[in-house]
Amino acid sequence: MSAISLKNLDVSYGHNKVVTGVNIDVAEGESFALVGESGSGKSTVLKAIAGLAPEWTGEISLLGQSRSHMVERSSAKQCQMVFQDPYGSLHPRKSVDTVLMEPLMVHGIGNRNARVMEMLAAVGLDKRFRFRFPHQLSGGQRQRVAIARALILEPKVMLLDEPTSALDVSVQAEILNLLKKLRREQDLTYLMVTHNLPVVSFMCDRMAVMNKGRIVEIASASALHDGGFIDPYSLSLYAASGGNPDKKDTE
Amino acid sequence: MSTAKEWLLDQSPSSKLQASMGSSYRMMRQLVRNPLAVIGILILLILVLAAIFAPIIAPHSPMGQNLGARLLPPSTEYWMGTDELGRDIFSRIIYGARITLVIVTLVAVISAPLGLLIGAISGYFGGWTDKVLMGITDVFLSMPKLILALAFVAALGPGIENAIIAIAITSWPAYARISRAETLTFRNSEFISAMRLLGASHARIITRHILPLCTSSVIVRVTLDMAGIILTAAGLGFLGLGAQPPLPEWGAMISRGRTFILDQWWVATMPGFAIILVSLGFCFLGDGLRDVLDPKQRGS
Repeated sequence: MSAISLKNLDVSYGHNKVVTGVNIDVAEGESFALVGESGSGKSTVLKAIAGLAPEWTGEISLLGQSRSHMVERSSAKQCQMVFQDPYGSLHPRKSVDTVLMEPLMVHGIGNRNARVMEMLAAVGLDKRFRFRFPHQLSGGQRQRVAIARALILEPKVMLLDEPTSALDVSVQAEILNLLKKLRREQDLTYLMVTHNLPVVSFMCDRMAVMNKGRIVEIASASALHDGGFIDPYSLSLYAASGGNPDKKDTE
Repeated sequence: MSTAKEWLLDQSPSSKLQASMGSSYRMMRQLVRNPLAVIGILILLILVLAAIFAPIIAPHSPMGQNLGARLLPPSTEYWMGTDELGRDIFSRIIYGARITLVIVTLVAVISAPLGLLIGAISGYFGGWTDKVLMGITDVFLSMPKLILALAFVAALGPGIENAIIAIAITSWPAYARISRAETLTFRNSEFISAMRLLGASHARIITRHILPLCTSSVIVRVTLDMAGIILTAAGLGFLGLGAQPPLPEWGAMISRGRTFILDQWWVATMPGFAIILVSLGFCFLGDGLRDVLDPKQRGS
């Protein structure tokens, strides 16, 4: 059974068709990347899966169940999303504790105190951060809180919308390592949007290259090492990002 | 003392209570640093104390007539003079503080939550809900406040309760507008999307996530509007549609004093001063609150 399966997905905002004919199958436990330049529709695909872009046609199934066009309460425990901007994704007046407690309250899950403490430990936040407000946290700490919020309902599928692009480089590495560790520990499926190819080679097994709302190529992450892309657009994207990221590091 | 302060300003609070008390303490400190806000707080404190302890403070009865002491100028016996029925104006003003306080409190309690909720619902859902609710709001906004209040009081009958209802009905649209505008700025932000993905209902998102972000600007606006509310209430009293005699309402007192304004100036002037002072107090406090709660509008 595939964790995420998209068939002939078209997404539009009003009269604007942004994504056309996307077909992706992400296996359970896989880490899959959507890459492409800005405006290629990769974030829109993620929003459609989450239910935040309701105007789509085609079929979206999550863990074998096809999903409706609205945000569903039942899918909250299956699929969660981490947003790009850690400054915009946390409520400015809510403490870390409230942010993590609330999903548990919404779903009537007990033993909240222990769960919150456990989650904070899992994302590497000390317990003294528990009652701080977002303005008292750094960008990396905020993103850790956002990841904790997404994981507290123990979903199986995580949608990551450029989770590190708003952070500076040293913090990026910390967050990527954290995401990698969490995936290993909790057996998560990742669908990650990024325009950073080195991130893909570090985090993902497969990738889909998107251009102008279409998928031009689905390749294995190993293509980033040997340049084994077929489509001319993928090749130019690969060349523009400096070719083999690992080779560049070692040179 | 210093340990209490350290506890309040702790960067890593250990409980929810400490975190929220810490942030309100910081806000208070910022407010107290503004001299005008302190003056406003003092004026309003005097108003509240006068209202609570009116029977102790007032040297005479506010209603008792003494026709032998009609229209006396201010003296040591009658600090602000007496009116045409020989009642002590100072005592009446002290008792009038109660009426003023009741009016502004009730109007704020009725109209602010109503406006907040309507604005937040309108901004959050958008589309048809927004069009209908804002249409109603526009109808109320299009009529001058005092005229609309006059119409309502005329329909409901004169009296202080009806004046309160009328003023509340005329003042909520402004708050609805503000809270809608605030809601629109963050209805599509990621923390709202995140809550929807977590399965929170619309009602929960509006009450727990949207309203707390709108309240600060509405609180500021309500405080600044208090002066207007007092003036409207006084205006209704002046026209004989608010508090009825012999209630010592400040607007009604001015209205009675109008007849003698050239020869016995104190009868109309003293309640006028009281109205100005309290209005000024609310304005100062509102300005101070805006600086603390609304960093966006803070001047350079």
